[in-house]
Amino acid sequence: MKKTSKPSRLDRRKVVAALLAGRGDALVVTGLGSPTYDTYAAGDHDLNFYLWGAMGGAAMAGLGLALAQPKRRVLVITGDGEMLMGIGSLATIACEAPKNLSIAVIDNGHYGETGMQRAHTARGVDLTGIAKAAGFKSAATIDSMVALQRWLPEFHGKTGPVFADIKVSAEPAPMRLPLRDGTAIKHRFRTALLGSKALE
Amino acid sequence: MQTDQQTRATVWPDQIYDVLKDAGVTQVAYVPDAGHAKLINRCHADKSMRAVSLTTEEEGVAMLAGAWMGGAKGVLLMQSSGVGNCINMLSLFEECRLPLLMIVTMRGVWGEFNPWQVPMGGSTAAALENAGVIVHSVDRAEDVKETVHACTALAFNTQRPVAVLIQQRVIGFKNWNK
Repeated sequence: MKKTSKPSRLDRRKVVAALLAGRGDALVVTGLGSPTYDTYAAGDHDLNFYLWGAMGGAAMAGLGLALAQPKRRVLVITGDGEMLMGIGSLATIACEAPKNLSIAVIDNGHYGETGMQRAHTARGVDLTGIAKAAGFKSAATIDSMVALQRWLPEFHGKTGPVFADIKVSAEPAPMRLPLRDGTAIKHRFRTALLGSKALE
Repeated sequence: MQTDQQTRATVWPDQIYDVLKDAGVTQVAYVPDAGHAKLINRCHADKSMRAVSLTTEEEGVAMLAGAWMGGAKGVLLMQSSGVGNCINMLSLFEECRLPLLMIVTMRGVWGEFNPWQVPMGGSTAAALENAGVIVHSVDRAEDVKETVHACTALAFNTQRPVAVLIQQRVIGFKNWNK
């Protein structure tokens, strides 16, 4: 087993706020648990598809959305445990190579919703290495705000698929809970994106 | 010369393709199955469709949730052994009231050679129904087109997950000696 690296001190809320500050007209999918709360805390938005379940599905929901809306940037913000559960989707996404899809993993190395058990990412598993090996041309590990700021143009604009594993502190953030009724989330998102066609 | 039965046996994948095309399906997610091989090839050949090979069926469930959120219609193709891989991801469709069209080729139920296919084949319909999916089964080739058409309408008009099970009798015996 590889040695565990020094824990990150990055504040997950500051990281996600920075990720979304320049979102423009991007469509956002969030993985269940803290990334959903972080995204809401950064500012509620009609074009946020908050997942409260479907663990392992955030990146693939992002792929379906990216293929459906090739002219819009699609940003997936998820956790390391969620990404590990859908790890095969990195292979599928690399093969499909959607130009408008970016995935940011907010990696605290733990399962924050269930008692802070250590995840494989805290035991040496390298998500960026997996993404690169799958075929992502753009894949980075980020462990400082300076590096994050430098990477943001890739997240929002580089030809995708783009991936980053952002190492954050395991310190819990204050609870901020967005809309959780799935049909309400759907209607709000689709109406904002598709207008009256959403309800046809 | 082909008999009527052979003709029916070979045209149903083309009929499914036609139904999907008419319905405006643009995303085709699949885990390969011999029963779907012809349909998968037709979808790959169609530039207006995006056929996406998956590492596991649940990826396709999540993908098609994203597709609908983005205004696109999709279909998920798999064999019955893959249904068990989808169960928790299907919660997205019930909770968000999203449409999902699944076309499942059956194994383990009729003329099966491989005993490992029997457990999932025997519980496919019940597993889907327990997960909130409306299930229709077809066991004659001549009924495939109408059933897929009806299920496509049901899924997209009422925004619900619907599965068509293509029974093994339609697909025919797999030749284990070739």
